[in-house]
Amino acid sequence: MQLLDGVDLGYDGAPVLRDLRLTIIPGQRVALLGRSGSGKSTLLTALRDALLQRDMRVALVPQDHALVPQLSALRNVLMGRLDDHGALRNLRTLIRPSRADRNAGLHDLDRVGLTDQADRAVETLSGGQQQRVALARAFHRGGDVIVGDEPLSAVDPRQALALADQIHHAFPTAILALHDVAIARAFATRIIGLKDGAVLFDLPADQLDPARTEALYAR
Amino acid sequence: MPASLSRGGLVAVFVALAVICLPFADLATAGHDPWAELGRMARGFLSPDFTAVEQIGWAVALTVAFAVAGVALGGLAGLALAPFYRLRPVSWLAIALRSVHELFWALLLLQVFGISVWSGLLAIALPYAGIFAKVLSEILDEADPRPSRWLGVRVDPLTRFLWARAPLARPQMVSYALYRLECGLRSSAVLGFVGLPTLGYQLDSFFKLGNYGAAGAVMAIYILLIATVRQWMRPRLALAWLAAAVGVLTQVSSPPMGQGAFWRFLTQDIVPAPLRAGDPAALWPWLQDLVTGSILPGLGATLVVAQLALILAGALAFVGQALIVPRISGRIGAWLGHLVLVLLRSFPEYMLAYLFLQVFGPSMLPAILALGLHNGAIIGHLLGRQARTLTLRPDAPRGLTLWGWEFVPRLFGSFIALCLYRWEIIIRESAILGLLGVATLGFYLDDAIVALRMDRAVVILVATALVTIAIDALSRGIRARIGAGELQRRDALPGRVARQAGPS
Repeated sequence: MQLLDGVDLGYDGAPVLRDLRLTIIPGQRVALLGRSGSGKSTLLTALRDALLQRDMRVALVPQDHALVPQLSALRNVLMGRLDDHGALRNLRTLIRPSRADRNAGLHDLDRVGLTDQADRAVETLSGGQQQRVALARAFHRGGDVIVGDEPLSAVDPRQALALADQIHHAFPTAILALHDVAIARAFATRIIGLKDGAVLFDLPADQLDPARTEALYAR
Repeated sequence: MPASLSRGGLVAVFVALAVICLPFADLATAGHDPWAELGRMARGFLSPDFTAVEQIGWAVALTVAFAVAGVALGGLAGLALAPFYRLRPVSWLAIALRSVHELFWALLLLQVFGISVWSGLLAIALPYAGIFAKVLSEILDEADPRPSRWLGVRVDPLTRFLWARAPLARPQMVSYALYRLECGLRSSAVLGFVGLPTLGYQLDSFFKLGNYGAAGAVMAIYILLIATVRQWMRPRLALAWLAAAVGVLTQVSSPPMGQGAFWRFLTQDIVPAPLRAGDPAALWPWLQDLVTGSILPGLGATLVVAQLALILAGALAFVGQALIVPRISGRIGAWLGHLVLVLLRSFPEYMLAYLFLQVFGPSMLPAILALGLHNGAIIGHLLGRQARTLTLRPDAPRGLTLWGWEFVPRLFGSFIALCLYRWEIIIRESAILGLLGVATLGFYLDDAIVALRMDRAVVILVATALVTIAIDALSRGIRARIGAGELQRRDALPGRVARQAGPS
């Protein structure tokens, strides 16, 4: 599907990315690579909007997590499906989740290894744990595609590979900005490199060679 | 008003206005020997007499109960209004509610409900609902918008509010509610002066009996109550306190009011007399008489009292900010300065004015002193707190040199902003102090109510509210023009929405 067709993307009228065209085929796992400030987050926001306009169900993992620190990890996970239910049902869940909801939420926390922290307020968790809660919320939401902005940046490399594998099994299509080239190669089927507001390369994952990577991160 | 004002010029204008007001101020202490009276009071306060402890205990219970229940009711109503504060009718309702002081609300409500629980409860809850609505809506607006954005557009408003708005704003809302409870305790005590059975009532009756020892005991208990509020009021105990408050209030028996008092109040009492008599032509002269006979003289006196009190408060704060900084006044000096400021600001203005009235007799002096000292203590306290957070270079001087060369210039903007912010409050309060006999707006209002001319009372009340709103707008305008702006810190949030530029 053609998601972007010759658009300029940017903040407050100052474009970061110019004249962008991007087509994503369902089933692809896309990794975005690039130095910070290269426009990964801007591109992800635009892709998410484009997916939503096509009535796709999108699970988002923002870079800043966008969790509610005062609520428990479990409730933050349950937030993933609030728009599927009416106000009364959601109010009930907020006061006391039903057994089925609780079990479903615990199952998704289990995928990120946080079952034992389910009832702790998110503000008392570490940065890495918070990131995993944000990921569990995306698992709980489910859908056609996951859009994640560095969703594995705060966990250690071994855990990151395991979580990437979970993402692979949970969503048919994935678009993730990643900071780690090794994880990108292990996870993605397609890798897009962004530099200075333009696409430097757009390749199948197995064609990414060290020279290209070096060029991407060089100053 | 010019687009920008110099701060020094502004101070000069305000001082000049105060000098112009001075000849119109009635500061006489005729026929009173303040020192003898002061001596008797001091002796009473230094040897408080707790024999009437049972009476006082019940008054304390009622003071706390009215405060807790009134603030809870006002807080809930304000919370319900806050998400809709952007709608014109809601914000106007909130402005109208909070521009009438709780004592004035009490005077009106007493006409409807008599001396009953509802009069006291609503007198606190109604104006507080208006204040809560405004402040809670600001707190909610400042809460992190990202979780709400994550939820997407399909989520219904109630779910969005309860899951992604209210929890984020909860810490600030709880701390604001605690602050409001402190204000509520002051309001509740002061409601006693218009006849409700709280501490103010006890104080008034002990003074009338000349029982200064018992009055001293009331004051001591009152200070203790205010000073320890953060210890006994814990957010997790709030429901228990509320239940206790309701329990106490149900014990209050009140004389029955005639049936339909409320209806009569709305349909007869507050209808202007000429209209009631079926003579609409007499409405204009009636209004003219009211304006020239009550509102204008009352307004004049209100402004004179407020202007002089503002200058006094400013002078006290200017000096007081230095007194509580150890680097300037020494550790003992700072501790003493702190004590004085805490004492002055934990007493409601009304109670201070009442005490000064006993000492100096009826004139504008008690009102000016009470307003000046109380508000000066508040501004001085806030400035001193800021002063202690200023970073000083290692070789900074001490004492007066430090005050003059570092604190005064660096805090001058905050000083002006705080004074302007209290200005509106001082005007509201000087209108109120009319109830004690100073000829400000409250005096004429009380006069009309005592004469059971509620129609006149309501017009004076509306005029008072309009003056408050006008001064609020003026103070806001001046604050913006001297660049002092809002007192609250409003940080821009990181992670703003990326906007798609160009065709998409």
